[in-house]
Amino acid sequence: MKYLCLIYDNEKEWAKFPKDVQDKYMGEYMAFGDSIKKSGQYVGGSQLRPTSAATVVRSRNGKVSTTDGPYAETKEQLGGYYLIEAKDLNDAIQVAARIPSARSGSIEVRPLVEHASA
Amino acid sequence: MEEDVAAHVRDQVDAIYRSESRRVLATLIRLLGDFDLAEEGLHDAFVAAVEQWGETGIPANPRAWLISTGRFKAIDRLRRSERFESADGAILDRLQATEMPDQAEEGVEDDRLRLIFTCCHTALSPDAQIALTLREVCGLTTEEVAHAFLTPPPTLAQRIVRAKGKIRDARIPYEIPSRSDLAARLASVLHVIYLVFNEGYLASSGATLTRADLAGEAIRLGRLLVELLPEPEAMGLLALMLLHEARHSSRTTPAGEMILLEDQDRSLWNRAQIEEGVELVESALASHRFGPYTLQAAIAAVHAEASRAATTDWPQIVGLYDVLLRADPSPVIELNRAAAIAMRDGPEAGLSLIDAILVRGDLLEYHLAHAARADLCRRLGRPSEAITAYQRALELATLEPERRFITRRLAELHESRSVS
Repeated sequence: MKYLCLIYDNEKEWAKFPKDVQDKYMGEYMAFGDSIKKSGQYVGGSQLRPTSAATVVRSRNGKVSTTDGPYAETKEQLGGYYLIEAKDLNDAIQVAARIPSARSGSIEVRPLVEHASA
Repeated sequence: MEEDVAAHVRDQVDAIYRSESRRVLATLIRLLGDFDLAEEGLHDAFVAAVEQWGETGIPANPRAWLISTGRFKAIDRLRRSERFESADGAILDRLQATEMPDQAEEGVEDDRLRLIFTCCHTALSPDAQIALTLREVCGLTTEEVAHAFLTPPPTLAQRIVRAKGKIRDARIPYEIPSRSDLAARLASVLHVIYLVFNEGYLASSGATLTRADLAGEAIRLGRLLVELLPEPEAMGLLALMLLHEARHSSRTTPAGEMILLEDQDRSLWNRAQIEEGVELVESALASHRFGPYTLQAAIAAVHAEASRAATTDWPQIVGLYDVLLRADPSPVIELNRAAAIAMRDGPEAGLSLIDAILVRGDLLEYHLAHAARADLCRRLGRPSEAITAYQRALELATLEPERRFITRRLAELHESRSVS
């Protein structure tokens, strides 16, 4: 079963970190990524550009409108994701808990809909 | 004559339902991989038992018969289901691919634990954990659970449906947690049991009967857990509940007025429950792997063992609070420790500790902090301070018996002031 692990963290705090702290963090992410690739649980994943680069798109009655940024200011922003393969929710929670940002922010774990024919 | 036989069979089926239905359900959930399907299978199996056992007699192993019949009926249901949804198809494929294990009823006790851990999974909301545990593990009806928690039945039914949906969709596994997870997962099970107990224990008046049943239900759950998984903290929680429940009949007057621990008629305390509780506390303490529940139970045991309030071993209680505060730091425990210190060293010592907690800003909205402060001021002969603190406690208290108690204390204080 596939689970999407959405990484929420405070991007402003992150930007304020000195270079060596950011490097250390990135190192931890690299090590985590390697470990789930080795265990065969990695399906995909990426860091996202900050919300300042985000655009919200809506289509209503054929008219497309775009607005700047996410809907509302929140304390934690979606900063990246992993798509993982896990046996069940407990398995997925164990992986999510090892994502470095689980210690500073939070990880939302969402199962993907599986289609019988897929 | 035939009617007699039929009535006799029905009685026996009823008895078997009471003793076995939760076990059969727990195993069916494992075999079928779905809560709703297992419940339907369970229901069908008992209908079949009432019909068939009158003719064939009660089988040698009714549990195995019920499990195998329940599973068969569930598969049959899926096959005949007209609205054949793809999800059902997938379940059916899987079920037909695996034969009924010969000894399906073996490991039934493990299935009961799996059911408990699944119902108390922290990925479910706390309300849902409680509702699901009472419904599936204890076998209460949705109406009974709704009534006990003063929730409209449709709301509660919806909560259970949603929880089952999450178990299915997020694939919460039907398993006993691994060693590394056990402590954290057990903590959530214990928490659910404790919440159920408190709901029954703290509530009073109104629907008294049903809510008192919740305390009994929590104790039954605690016993089951200790039987299945004799971990020290599970024993500690069971002990804590037994030791509190032992004082049940002495906690209120017949009119429902609250009686403080120090004023309770100790001859009313349930000796058998106290003995069992004390024994459990001792085993849990001996393990050296105990935690907050065991320590709270140990404190309750010290109270239970004092034949009169005056002979309470306060130094030991303070010592236990010291350990508890290190194991589980919280302002409420600090408050209780302050009250114990007041008993050991005098009201002044307790009062300065309580004031320190309040000055920090903790517990300002907690009625018992103000009530404790008021009581110590009263003992120190500072009635006007006591009155102010009781008034604040009264503004914050919500339970009727507590409010009446505070009101009585206020009246006494006003009276003594007008006399002097």
